[in-house]
Amino acid sequence: MSASVPGVLAHFAHVDAAADAIRELKATGHKDLTVYCAAHNHELEEAIGDPVSPVRLWTLFAGLTGCAAGFSLAVWMSSDWPLLVGGKPITAIPSFVVIGFELTILFGSLATVLAVIVLSAMKSLKGRPYHPKFSDDHIGVFVPCRADQAAAVEQLLTGHGSVEVTRDA
Amino acid sequence: MAVIAHDPSTPTQTHGEVTRDVLATITSKPTKGYYYLLGTMAILTLLLLGSVTLLMKEGLGLAGYAPPIMWSVYITTFVFWVGIGHAGTLISAILFLFRSPWRTAVYRATEAMTVFAVMTAALFPIIHIGRQWIFYWLLPYPNARYLWPNFKSPLLWDVFAISTYLTVSSTFLMVGLVPDIAAVRDHVSGWRKKLYSALSLGWTGADSQWRHYSRAYLYLAALATPLVLSVHSVVSWDFAVSIVPGWHGTIFAPYFVAGAIYSGIGMVLTLMIPLRKVLKVEHMITDYHFDNLSKLTLFTGSILLYAYAMEYFVAWYSGSTFEQTTFWRRAFGPNWWAGWTMIICNAFVSQLLWFKKIRVNLTSLFVISIFINLGMWFERYVIVVSSLANDYVPYAWGQINPTWADWCILLGSFGWFGLWFTLFYKNFPIVAIQEIKEMIPMPRRKSSHGGAH
Repeated sequence: MSASVPGVLAHFAHVDAAADAIRELKATGHKDLTVYCAAHNHELEEAIGDPVSPVRLWTLFAGLTGCAAGFSLAVWMSSDWPLLVGGKPITAIPSFVVIGFELTILFGSLATVLAVIVLSAMKSLKGRPYHPKFSDDHIGVFVPCRADQAAAVEQLLTGHGSVEVTRDA
Repeated sequence: MAVIAHDPSTPTQTHGEVTRDVLATITSKPTKGYYYLLGTMAILTLLLLGSVTLLMKEGLGLAGYAPPIMWSVYITTFVFWVGIGHAGTLISAILFLFRSPWRTAVYRATEAMTVFAVMTAALFPIIHIGRQWIFYWLLPYPNARYLWPNFKSPLLWDVFAISTYLTVSSTFLMVGLVPDIAAVRDHVSGWRKKLYSALSLGWTGADSQWRHYSRAYLYLAALATPLVLSVHSVVSWDFAVSIVPGWHGTIFAPYFVAGAIYSGIGMVLTLMIPLRKVLKVEHMITDYHFDNLSKLTLFTGSILLYAYAMEYFVAWYSGSTFEQTTFWRRAFGPNWWAGWTMIICNAFVSQLLWFKKIRVNLTSLFVISIFINLGMWFERYVIVVSSLANDYVPYAWGQINPTWADWCILLGSFGWFGLWFTLFYKNFPIVAIQEIKEMIPMPRRKSSHGGAH
């Protein structure tokens, strides 16, 4: 894949080597790194050091909205055509718990998926190089940098045990 | 995820081998047997479509519906298929929260089974209502009659529960599939490349994606866990909220949930035992996984044994003639054969799993799983039919004999389910690539963490 973001792409076969390289890159002032891995890895996550994802807030607020929507739906619709059923009050809250509960789960789940799509899209990966080995057994580290910095970055990555380094103009 | 070094569920392959082995299940040329299986499922699906079309034309009389038994094979089969789905969510969501590593190898197949089972189940209330073309009256929508559905009815709760369950379980399956589809996309060509590129939603495994994805997966599991417990509880209230002898019991919700998981694991065993051989993934889905699945079967089967005993005890202890008569007739009435099939297949056959030799013998496990499927269908038949057959007034008692329309639609439902499952396992990763990789310690340069290569 051709890249339009200039920088250096390194392949790592060892997780500790990749994590060490990421830490040193961050320490030397390199920001906006992109780290590719075939599976979620806590060691890499700690090295990258991003704050906890805000997905949980989407889940929480959508869940609460769903709960309110479920109860409101049942209360409003029951009152709109007031019909006594089984001698129960028109607004029989215990009967509406199931509706409130199901919509809590439904809204919460859909918002969680939406959150992943929206939040992931907020950081554009367009123009950043990718390699099919990253969904197999290699860890990828892309360091955006100017052409004059590339040699130093390459040296740092190779020094940490990168098995392959490519420069993208 | 931390993995104990000697944990037998930890795969011994490398990341590259996992990708290669799972890819082979998709890219290898389908055998003749696969096409025969697909063809059989398609024919059974046509049988379903044909029977339902005829039923729509002729009406429910074709299914033998007659007072007092207006719920019969279709409601039985609805509950059966919803129940099947529960094991998938238990394994994919609940065991995920419990950090049970053995679930990883089998959860994708069980999750797919859940979605297809609920898709099958959802057909049956629609088939059952008679005027299938106005099924949308079940939904709360603004209509010309200014009427809303009755929110105090458990049948409406069920509409909400099942539609939420179908949506959430499909979402959970698709979200889990995205990284794996991306892995497949990167290693195939031609039409598959185009298909998987579209389905992978631009996934690259970048840290910005994993950061949100891993949290989201956790929350989806946390939401799916109470959902799965609620769904079969709501299904059980379709019965328990009615004042019908044999139905009106407080034990129904936990009894139904345990039964659902039991039946679902039965179906998992029926599907996985031949499938792992066909797909050549015996090294990934091992005796260890079947041993654990068997222990879950034994646990839920024992709950059923207790529930069956309790139902009889409560019927006797209640002093209610109606309850006592209903349960007497379940064992010794005209449908005694169904009652005993249910008790033997569910409560007693599952007890064989106390023996480890049986738990790891896949032939005996497969036979037991067939008994479980049979027993759990009959459990629902006994609950639905025998209770309606023996209401309060003996004068109004009745019997029902399932007709060809019942049997064809029941058989066809297996074709519909099987068609989806057969298409799925050959076109999508049936073993979760990224979760298996998450369990395998990645190669290290330094040996400080004990996982050096």
